[in-house]
Amino acid sequence: MMGFVLRRVLQMIPTILAVVLIIFFIFSVVPGSFLTSLMAEGRNMTNADVLAQMNAQFGLDDPIPVRLWNYVSGLLQFDLGISYRTREPVTSVLGPRLWPSVQLAIAAMTFAAAVGIPLGFMAALRPGSLFDSLTMVTAVSGLSVPEFWLGLLLMYVFALQLGWLPSFGYQENSLRHLVLPAIALGVSPMALLARTTRAGVLDVMNADFVRTARAKGVSEPRLVRAHITRNVLVLVLTTMGLQIGSLMGQAIVIEKLFSWPGIGSLLVDSVSVRDIPVVQGAVLVIVLWFLVINMLVDIAYALIDPRIKVA
Amino acid sequence: MPNPDPLLSVRDLRVQVGRRGPQILHGINLDILPGETYGLVGESGSGKSVTGLSIMGLLKRPLNVSAGSIHYQDQNLLKLAPRARRRLRGDRIAMIFQEPMTALNPVASIGTQIAEMFVIHRGLDWPAARRRAVEALDSVQVPSPEERARAYPHQLSGGMRQRVMIAIALACRPDLLIADEPTTALDVTVQAGVLKLIDELCRAEGTAVLLVSHDLGVIANMCQRVGVMDRGRLIEEQDTVALFSNPLHPYTRGLLAARPRLGSRVEGGRKRLTELEEIVPPNARGHDAPTLVTPRGVRAARAEATA
Repeated sequence: MMGFVLRRVLQMIPTILAVVLIIFFIFSVVPGSFLTSLMAEGRNMTNADVLAQMNAQFGLDDPIPVRLWNYVSGLLQFDLGISYRTREPVTSVLGPRLWPSVQLAIAAMTFAAAVGIPLGFMAALRPGSLFDSLTMVTAVSGLSVPEFWLGLLLMYVFALQLGWLPSFGYQENSLRHLVLPAIALGVSPMALLARTTRAGVLDVMNADFVRTARAKGVSEPRLVRAHITRNVLVLVLTTMGLQIGSLMGQAIVIEKLFSWPGIGSLLVDSVSVRDIPVVQGAVLVIVLWFLVINMLVDIAYALIDPRIKVA
Repeated sequence: MPNPDPLLSVRDLRVQVGRRGPQILHGINLDILPGETYGLVGESGSGKSVTGLSIMGLLKRPLNVSAGSIHYQDQNLLKLAPRARRRLRGDRIAMIFQEPMTALNPVASIGTQIAEMFVIHRGLDWPAARRRAVEALDSVQVPSPEERARAYPHQLSGGMRQRVMIAIALACRPDLLIADEPTTALDVTVQAGVLKLIDELCRAEGTAVLLVSHDLGVIANMCQRVGVMDRGRLIEEQDTVALFSNPLHPYTRGLLAARPRLGSRVEGGRKRLTELEEIVPPNARGHDAPTLVTPRGVRAARAEATA
């Protein structure tokens, strides 16, 4: 098992390298620069001396291979460069943003799983019933509603009308601040999970081994608990892994809406001023999160499903 | 000698699709005596499996029993409460299926799946049940049973899995075993071993067997009595010897004649398969189907002629 985990970790390295290269090249060819965005703000950057000085300071005059080398060798020492805007190391810009983002992703996924999986299960056990139809209609609506609109709606009802929860902002260790953004972000994965679970349960219910279990005289509750759940879990886990992995990237809109100090809102702010080192760093963090979650899902697979070879 | 009281007696069993759909079984009557092996033959779709599943109470919607009775000992299974019927399933009446590859839960170990029988029907705790599971594996002649009990279904061959299915079915020493095409999906070399195992174990325990098969050879070897099914009806029922020597119903004669027989090919041409009424459409009768392969007998005869 340890060998499997180790191999899975090593397999991430080529992916990370490829991602680093792509991020670097994309941001070295995008039009516009920090300097032009300063000009857009009305500052006079036409002074050639100032331009040359700044270009030299950020190493923008160097040829691309040299800049790539500097970037990669910096990464190996966990140095992501210096933010153009704040002149701080990118790592210390990203650092405080990481935990709120992880918190939000995990909270949203917890909500999605806690509501979506049981709903899908109950719907599948009574296919065609009123409950089933209602659940699936809700699930489709959940998938179709734009997040920002849902977020505004939640703010209006729970913060403005009822006054139960704060409408925006972040406080350390404050669950109250987490609830609304987590729900707004979690509704679409919740809907997807409900549908996947329902389809998975219906599929497994028709499997031969379920008929065998019935022939053995297994009771219905035990059938669901001991025979169906674990087989469905393998299917559900895939969806969950992909969702939680991409949640950090999807959170951009919600983070802006709820003024949540996460990676997503940092990314938006940095893009608008062309603070390329921070953008690169934020994208890298989002990708790494995705890769790590996927690796954890693979390990979980190996624990749940004996057919997956760990040797 | 008068027949003893039947173990299971099916009367006028009718199975239908939904409430108003077509009938699948048109009133089946059959008795299974204690300890006997009863064969049910017929081609695909004749209702053999549906009969077995009806007895188990495992028909899938929209199929349902619309009329008739199934008496086991003194109780009508169709009138039993679901819970009481579930208690009989696996314990007194067990079933094995055609597909050993998919009939076992892929994420539970073999030992657990057998042990479950002792837990639900005998009230044993799991450690004791697992020990009994190893014994059960040993009794179906699975080599190194302790190791196999820890294995998962995908690590076993089809024949081994079917042995595991037999161990599960016979775990609680049932009175009746329904074996639905138990060897059809298996390799020919494995078939004989599995059949012999079923025969030996059931004979030793006095378990009656309802053997569903389309393979007349299997039926001839295993069964004392045979029922022939055709399109949802039991059209003939005889002792095995009598049926094979003197089939009464034209359909049975056709079925027997349709058996492939070793060395039965006629030189210079292919023997026609018997055409069954209502199965071969009238306008297709008497025509040879195009074939790309020359029968071996003909090739051998030609080779001799040229030599």
